[in-house]
Amino acid sequence: MRERRAPRRIGDDPSVTRSADAMPHPAGANGEPEKAAPMIAARRLCKTFPTASGRPVEAVRGIDVQVERGESFGFLGPNGAGKSSTMRMIACVSARTGGELSILGMDPDLDGVRIRGRLGVVPQQDNLDVELTVRENLIIYGRYFGISRSECRRRAQELVEFAQLTDKADTKVDVLSGGMKRRLTIARSLINDPELLLLDEPTTGLDPQARHVLWDRLFRLKNEGVTLVVTTHYMDEAEQLCDRLVVMDGGVIVAEGSPKALIGAYSSREVLELRFLPGTQQQAEPLVTDLVERVEVLPDRLLLYTEDGEATLEAAHSRGVRPRSTLVRRSTLEDVFLRLTGRSLVD
Amino acid sequence: MATLDHSHTRPSSSPSVPSGGRLMVWEYLLRCWRRYAIPSLAEAIGTPLLYLLALGLGLGSLVDAGPQSAALGGVSYLQYIAPALLVAAALQIGVSEGSYPAYSRFKWSRVFWGVTATPVTPGQVCDGEVLFIGTRLLAASTLYYLVLLMFGVAGGPAGLLMIPSGMLTGIACAVLILALGAVLQSDGGAFAMVFRFVVVPMTLFSGSFFPITQLPLAVRWLVWISPLWHGNELARGFVLGTAEPCSTIGHAAFLAALFVAGLVLARRLYRRRLIV
Ligand SMILES: Nc1ncnc2c1ncn2[C@@H]1O[C@H](COP(=O)(O)OP(=O)(O)OP(=O)(O)O)[C@@H](O)[C@H]1O
Ligand SMILES: [Mg+2]
Repeated sequence: MRERRAPRRIGDDPSVTRSADAMPHPAGANGEPEKAAPMIAARRLCKTFPTASGRPVEAVRGIDVQVERGESFGFLGPNGAGKSSTMRMIACVSARTGGELSILGMDPDLDGVRIRGRLGVVPQQDNLDVELTVRENLIIYGRYFGISRSECRRRAQELVEFAQLTDKADTKVDVLSGGMKRRLTIARSLINDPELLLLDEPTTGLDPQARHVLWDRLFRLKNEGVTLVVTTHYMDEAEQLCDRLVVMDGGVIVAEGSPKALIGAYSSREVLELRFLPGTQQQAEPLVTDLVERVEVLPDRLLLYTEDGEATLEAAHSRGVRPRSTLVRRSTLEDVFLRLTGRSLVD
Repeated sequence: MATLDHSHTRPSSSPSVPSGGRLMVWEYLLRCWRRYAIPSLAEAIGTPLLYLLALGLGLGSLVDAGPQSAALGGVSYLQYIAPALLVAAALQIGVSEGSYPAYSRFKWSRVFWGVTATPVTPGQVCDGEVLFIGTRLLAASTLYYLVLLMFGVAGGPAGLLMIPSGMLTGIACAVLILALGAVLQSDGGAFAMVFRFVVVPMTLFSGSFFPITQLPLAVRWLVWISPLWHGNELARGFVLGTAEPCSTIGHAAFLAALFVAGLVLARRLYRRRLIV
């Protein structure tokens, strides 16, 4: 295994510092080139889609996001929260309808081509050419970045190995499994050696082993200085990958912070799970509501947010609550998510 | 997933060539075409053979013996239809390549969304399609020309100009179909309608198989706006040596104007479709 290149210095690329002047930012105000414009800076960013029925859809409603070089950043949120809409604006394939946006210190409306040349994008929906082989998909994609044919072939071989598709390299994409296609899409996003990698639900459809391998790969890319932006519905993935994340709901940001800080701010230390036969959990709920500050009612269980799970469990038992099984665990982002997005929230 | 090694590659070694985007899309489409190039080239030779044998020789023997054969301008039926067959084949290729194959890259495989996530712009995607269809047309028209040459109905050296005549006709119609594909959200039979109610009538009534003087005056204006008629007149003029500068320029200008207008429209619609 050879070492990859050291993280790129911002000073290597004149375009970054030049554009940083055009869009001054507190971090770059002191004139140090290392602290030039952030990778992503969005202020009051909006996206409204016109619809045939007349009433426009406000997918993104004024979000503020800032991602620094080398960071890994996550967007969490329920379906329709506006994550992909935001990602597409960042990827410069969708024009914002309001607010300010700067990517790599440049304005997507003016410098989309140059910005896209330095991005890697994994869209939510694969868009491989299924009639071509794995290798051909990688090669043609590299060509769009102006990379020479021989260099494309060399990188394609590397990426085929990266995606663990060596024995499928010359197979038509058509016959790959969903997860293999996903891996190919992820590999393809690296063909131009991007500085900023945008991954929209990258591991959806991957088996657990492939997910862990991918996390490991992303971790390495991050260590090499690549900035990562991820959306995901897997809270463990967000905890693993993201230094910092935002939770979106209804087109706005409802919380922001590191996974740890979010758990600290929006959940208790421990969670007591009481599992019931589906439907019978409601009868137990009144018995335990006053034991803790917050109870979450899920279809087959009650979640009791508490500082001391065992003590709460004892108290519940003494009140005659008879769950089928119980579990005391630490709070996770899942709990934060449940609370913030208001899904099945009972106060 | 194994180790990835980019240590010796830097962005400076991979210069983005913004204006080269259309060539990259062209290259991609040619690569796709490679998969069916042999059958499609075989078809490009087989079809003219069939038409020439059936219409030119079979039907032609009756026409040439008939009382109205003077309406063809003193040439055999085979000579009369030969250039029109080439142009009609070009139209067919332009329209069919511009329809489902291009549309599927929006709709089903969504390939175009992958392309425009790179430095390649939607306008360049459109240009790439046009370059590719142009290449297809060049290959098919050249083969058609060679078959006509074999049958001795390709005219003199000026007959070579049938090839650009066919290409211009095919590409002028192709850009319009590309534009249509860019706005269709679901196919809903739109392409089939165009084939049935535009392409087929156009093929039948554009002076391909009989002179338009045989048509009632009331509908002749329809023929004048038919790109195929202009293509036929152009090609036939070159082969039979009846081309006059004025009409030649007029027909070519009509087709060129249609192409430019269609290209401008298609590029705009590609942009609208791909940047949402
Ligand atoms: N092209 C479009 N035209 C109209 N409405 C759109 C378009 N794209 C997205 N929307 C709407 O914008 C809203 C946000 O969609 P978006 O895809 O950004 O959500 P998301 O957070 O990515 O959801 P998911 O987790 O399901 O991927 C939804 O209401 C969606 O219907
Ligand atoms: Mg999404």
